[in-house]
Amino acid sequence: MNAVAIPPFERFYEEYREEIYAYLRKLAGRDADDAFQETFVRALRGYQSLQHGRHLRAWAYRIATRVAIDERRKRRPTAELPELPADDGRPAYAELDHLTGDLPATERAAVVLRYGYDLDYADIATALGSSEDAARQAASSGVRRLRRRMT
Amino acid sequence: MTVPAKTDLAFRDRAAAESLLDVAYDLTDSPIGPLLVATTERGLCEIAFDPDPEEEVERLARQHGIRVLRSARPVDEARRELDEYFEGQRHEFDLPVDLSALPAFQQGVLAELQRVPYGRVDTYGGLAARIGKPKAARAVGGALNRNPVPIVVPCHRIVGSTGSLVGYAGGLERKQLLLSLEGGTLV
Repeated sequence: MNAVAIPPFERFYEEYREEIYAYLRKLAGRDADDAFQETFVRALRGYQSLQHGRHLRAWAYRIATRVAIDERRKRRPTAELPELPADDGRPAYAELDHLTGDLPATERAAVVLRYGYDLDYADIATALGSSEDAARQAASSGVRRLRRRMT
Repeated sequence: MTVPAKTDLAFRDRAAAESLLDVAYDLTDSPIGPLLVATTERGLCEIAFDPDPEEEVERLARQHGIRVLRSARPVDEARRELDEYFEGQRHEFDLPVDLSALPAFQQGVLAELQRVPYGRVDTYGGLAARIGKPKAARAVGGALNRNPVPIVVPCHRIVGSTGSLVGYAGGLERKQLLLSLEGGTLV
């Protein structure tokens, strides 16, 4: 198997920081700035253990998702997500932001990654640290929960 | 979505404060043009003239490890000493240098070079003789040419046997400037 070189951390950080920040704004709301720092600090801690440079984007999302989930667990049940304006020109986020606020964290992450970011289930699985089936299930049960609420 | 500058800075500071970096670097201005200054936990490991940051980041990663991050605080001390040097206020650098990634011969040459005092110059042959290899002037020149921490490890103080400037990886103009800043005379 061909090794894909792991880039210097600065390159990795520059490449993904903006989308990870946008993602964390959706997932962690007003805690996004702390979650952002924590995400990249964890990435730095694990960076030397990476075996290759493939799937770095999904790896970054997985860490960010875990951080957001951890933060939510810490703050529940008082956690309240602010309503963010759709200022990024990607309306899917804004819709999902309103819609998914009350879902369990994993389902919310799966729904946002699938329908807001258009990641495929293989990447979402990586992001959630689960199997592809589990990712698909989380997204579909999230959607089911949303449907139930809307009818 | 742009990361707020405060958040970006906070991360870069924290990464360094938690000792998670192989190399921290930053850019700084000087009378001889922009410099990229980089440090490991052991000490200053690179000063680059007219840097192309992307290229330097790759090089630093190859030499010292992939956890390379732009972070101002770890290089504050180097920046301060360089400022003082360029103002003529500092004749010796106190900050440690990290030459551990270099071949032994080059480490030896650069260690000896650090003993050439401010305001003085020596020749390639003279430096070769001082490391006990009087015939190695050319190899000494090669070691100086690849000096990763110019200015602080003062390769500008080494000139040709006739006193001509000969060469400098940062360009002869810079060598001339550094020497006239120091008011250099032949040892």
